[in-house]
Amino acid sequence: MDLSLTSVSHRYGTTEVLSDISLDIADGRIMCIVGPSGCGKSTLLRMIGGLERPDRGRIVQNGAVPEGCLNPLTYVFQDFALLPWRSVAGNVGLVLEDHRLPRTHRDAIIADVLARTNLTEFRDAWPRQLSGGMKQRVAIARALAVKPAVMLMDEPLSALDAQTRELLMDDLVALWTRAPFTAVYVTHNLAEAVRLGHRIVVLSRRPGRIRDIVEIDIPLAERRASAPALEAHQSHLWQLMRDEAAAAVQELHDA
Amino acid sequence: MMPELQTTPVPFRGGGFRLRRVRGVGLAVFVLLVALVEWGTRSGAISALTLPRPSDVGTTLWDLAASGMLFTHLVPSLSRLAVGSVLGISAGIGIGVLMGLFSLVRAGLAPVVAALFPIPKIALLPLFVIWFGIDEGSKYALIALGTFTPTVVATYGAVDTVDRTLIRMGQSFGLDWLSIVRKIVLPGALPGILSGLRVSLAIGIILLVAAEMLGAEHGIGAYILQAGSLYDLERLFAGVVILSALGVVTSAAIGWAERRLLAWRG
Repeated sequence: MDLSLTSVSHRYGTTEVLSDISLDIADGRIMCIVGPSGCGKSTLLRMIGGLERPDRGRIVQNGAVPEGCLNPLTYVFQDFALLPWRSVAGNVGLVLEDHRLPRTHRDAIIADVLARTNLTEFRDAWPRQLSGGMKQRVAIARALAVKPAVMLMDEPLSALDAQTRELLMDDLVALWTRAPFTAVYVTHNLAEAVRLGHRIVVLSRRPGRIRDIVEIDIPLAERRASAPALEAHQSHLWQLMRDEAAAAVQELHDA
Repeated sequence: MMPELQTTPVPFRGGGFRLRRVRGVGLAVFVLLVALVEWGTRSGAISALTLPRPSDVGTTLWDLAASGMLFTHLVPSLSRLAVGSVLGISAGIGIGVLMGLFSLVRAGLAPVVAALFPIPKIALLPLFVIWFGIDEGSKYALIALGTFTPTVVATYGAVDTVDRTLIRMGQSFGLDWLSIVRKIVLPGALPGILSGLRVSLAIGIILLVAAEMLGAEHGIGAYILQAGSLYDLERLFAGVVILSALGVVTSAAIGWAERRLLAWRG
């Protein structure tokens, strides 16, 4: 299933946050959206998943939802959004309970996604007992449980420390390599973008417009941190963003 | 020659402002206060008209229990408290949740609740007697109204504090409305609702006694009223001790419920 955005624009009150965004999100690939803070990239992601309505423009799904998919557009949030009163397995189970699945089937899904995210032995732990990296793995497991057509990831690694971020990036690459998924990945971290993105969309500062689109052809599994080719892409992206980011820092924002 | 360097340790400034759990001190203070009164009344420093002797109050309580009259008074009181507060608290939680979820309900009822809250419910007892009769009905109504208002306020405040990102998460996974309320809003509001219950139940006990002072043959309130009108301080204090014990028991019950239901907070 593909998604396409046609001239999406949005304003909050008198502030224009997004201006004329047109994009195609291709099946089985990871699209990263980068941009200076306040450029509306998270707003754009909320619109892609239907959590917010754009003022103008259209967002459409092309093609049928794949079979077995319980929630086509599925988010992974920056702050994990785990229910603190449910165990790890309970948090994953939450998103399956409204679908009338036989109990054995539901348990099998939970066991499968926990195994894929190396969380099997923590299935009965409370979220408060887990580190940030583990919490985000639970959130990723929960997203995988509904077999999403498109994963919408809103700065999923930004609340984590640098080491944990590296490890989780490897986990994401491994997950994608085993079973390629479609994802829109919003981040302000260019290193994440060049490691995970097949296609990187650079937004300008507010109002966010598409500044450039960079394609990286190196297969995800072959990308190593600080490989020269990636470094070159990263510094190219930084060149594109630098002035925008500097100007964005100077702005007052009342959002 | 180098001047001699003066060394002073860095002063520690980080202590205090952190409460920890201290066991046994509460009981010790209580025992000390009772012992002080006992000593005062025995030595004559406190006259018998000022305070009864704690040991005499204890004897009165014992006699009350031995004669079976304790249950004669306690059973109707407890059933009034139970019926009245169950009515008030369940209505309070229900309406409080609706006020937390729907703007229209909130806008319509928040002023009504604000107007009801400060009314001394005891003042309405004659009215309740006319509406619900002199029997149990008016007592249930008084306790129900008294526990209702603090429960409503605590409940909609608690619903407001539920993390909105969790609700967004529920929506983004396509959970239906009822699931979001049942699995995200209610558990998230539970800590606030339970701490509101502490206040509601204490108010319930106060109103129980007030209701029983007006037209009840049996009940802790009636017992205290009789003792008071005869200036029988031992019996009056025996009644007060029963009420305090009731307060401690309800508070402990809520504490137990919190530990059970909120185990996830650690």
